[in-house]
Amino acid sequence: MGRPGDRPSVITARGLRKSFEVKGGATVEAVRGIDLEVPAGQAFGFLGPNGAGKSSTMRMIACVSPRTSGELRILGRDPAVDGVAIRARLGVVPQQDNLDEELSVRENLFVYGRYFGLPRARCWQRADELLEFAQLTEKSGAKVENLSGGMKRRLTIARSLMNEPEVLLLDEPTTGLDPQARHVLWDRLFRLKQQGVTLILTTHYMDEAEQLCDRLVVMDGGVLVAEGSPAELIAGYSTREVLELRFVPGEQTAAEPLVAGLVERVETLPDRLLLYTPDGDRTLAEVTERGVRPVSALVRRSTLEDVFLHLTGRSLVD
Amino acid sequence: MTVHDTSPATAASRWPGGTRAVVEYLVLGWRRYLVSSLSEAVGAPLLYLLALGLGLGALVDRGSGGGALGGVGYLDYIAPALLTAAALQVGVGESAYPAYSRFKWTRVFLGISATPVSPRQIADGQLLFVALRVVTGAVLYYLVLLAFGAAGGGWGPLMVVSGTLTACGCAAWILALDSVLTSEGGVFNVLFRFVIVPMTLFSGSFFPVDRIPAALRWVAWVSPLWHGNELARTAALGGAAGVPAARLLLHAVVLLALLGTGVAVARRGFDRRLLR
Repeated sequence: MGRPGDRPSVITARGLRKSFEVKGGATVEAVRGIDLEVPAGQAFGFLGPNGAGKSSTMRMIACVSPRTSGELRILGRDPAVDGVAIRARLGVVPQQDNLDEELSVRENLFVYGRYFGLPRARCWQRADELLEFAQLTEKSGAKVENLSGGMKRRLTIARSLMNEPEVLLLDEPTTGLDPQARHVLWDRLFRLKQQGVTLILTTHYMDEAEQLCDRLVVMDGGVLVAEGSPAELIAGYSTREVLELRFVPGEQTAAEPLVAGLVERVETLPDRLLLYTPDGDRTLAEVTERGVRPVSALVRRSTLEDVFLHLTGRSLVD
Repeated sequence: MTVHDTSPATAASRWPGGTRAVVEYLVLGWRRYLVSSLSEAVGAPLLYLLALGLGLGALVDRGSGGGALGGVGYLDYIAPALLTAAALQVGVGESAYPAYSRFKWTRVFLGISATPVSPRQIADGQLLFVALRVVTGAVLYYLVLLAFGAAGGGWGPLMVVSGTLTACGCAAWILALDSVLTSEGGVFNVLFRFVIVPMTLFSGSFFPVDRIPAALRWVAWVSPLWHGNELARTAALGGAAGVPAARLLLHAVVLLALLGTGVAVARRGFDRRLLR
């Protein structure tokens, strides 16, 4: 897996595994042997339901979780040996913010720069640059506890950039944010990508994955179930279009046998039939010809969400 | 396929300046409550000395106290113990809720562990900061004792050293406790009420340990505070404290062992908590 390019690999994994001992002595296998190859400068996404093993993988890549077995190289080095040196070149945006709420916005950045051994003057200077980048200059002296969720997230991202990392790891960077805040964040991440920073992110949002990622893997149950660019995944795991037929709840089952055989895949939901088809309009005409009368019909393009639900199922995981 | 990392080797190499950066961060946070912590450091001894040293002391000195205390006035008798107990309070206070919250609630330690700074350095930095808080408080306490004429002679300043050693020995073990607690569940309240308070009362702080029934005297012997009190009292009163030289050495060894083992266990705990 992975495609050899002219750019060197930032992350290479072969048969990477992680298992945890939980209370009672049982072992949970969070990651069950995955192969990864991420070239420098790429925006690489992990998609998957909760419990799929995304965060465990991210923690191994961040060198804060020793792998159970398999091979892993980050920036060409082994985390088990060179964790400290690797962490010096990474930026990490955790799933939950862990800023110091008592310190000011600017002090949070200063303190973080010191952990990377930057001189004090350089820390203050870099803090001011990043406050501008994160559109937080006006909040520079404010206590973190008084910031909105979106501001805290931007500050966490700014903080992760203090050491000018070559690789930025983002674990669900926009979960819980309003649409405006998400778009501002996407814009900032896009700029970083243009500057050549490798982005590794996990997300539940398909639009986020489509917006940001050059390449994606879908994880489920600790293994990779699909890999490719957003367009490749849609082409490989869904059809070009989806015809959604909406019914009074219950009546869709009666229509189900009528549309059978028209398209390669039909999905039955409580109030809808989803017909996966290369040409939605033509399929709608055929459906109408067969006497199916839905309350409403909608033809749309296939999205990553269709791929995701197809691969990982519709039932709740937790 | 090879198996890696049965021990967290990721922590093995040291990042120069990591411990110092952690101390710097904690000092920056301390500035927010500097005024309140310093005024407490001066105010508390004033109150204790007035109430216990002068108030209660006047009664003790007039009664049979003088003889039981080896001819030492009550104020002089309790002053070294008050300093040591205050140091212990600061050490325990800083290493309980505030340090635990950095694992659990603010998760600041997790943020630091994503940088080159290792969990062991986080543990060391946190303990050094506790030591700094303790030393500051103990020096101020010493100055207040000086004003009351209860600071002992030329060796008196050594009370600051023995008090800091006592407090840090306990603090290291509380940091180790922080690193294994997944939910607080009132553990610290139990610690304060059923360990720290009895320790303060029955460690030869306010009356000699030989007043405790022989069967219960072991309570004092296992108490770090008793070892600290004996050292501090000898620093202030010299021979009048009545502690033989061999026992002084033993006290110092016990407290150093408490600190050494505490640091080792805390470092290991931080490793296990932050590198999973």
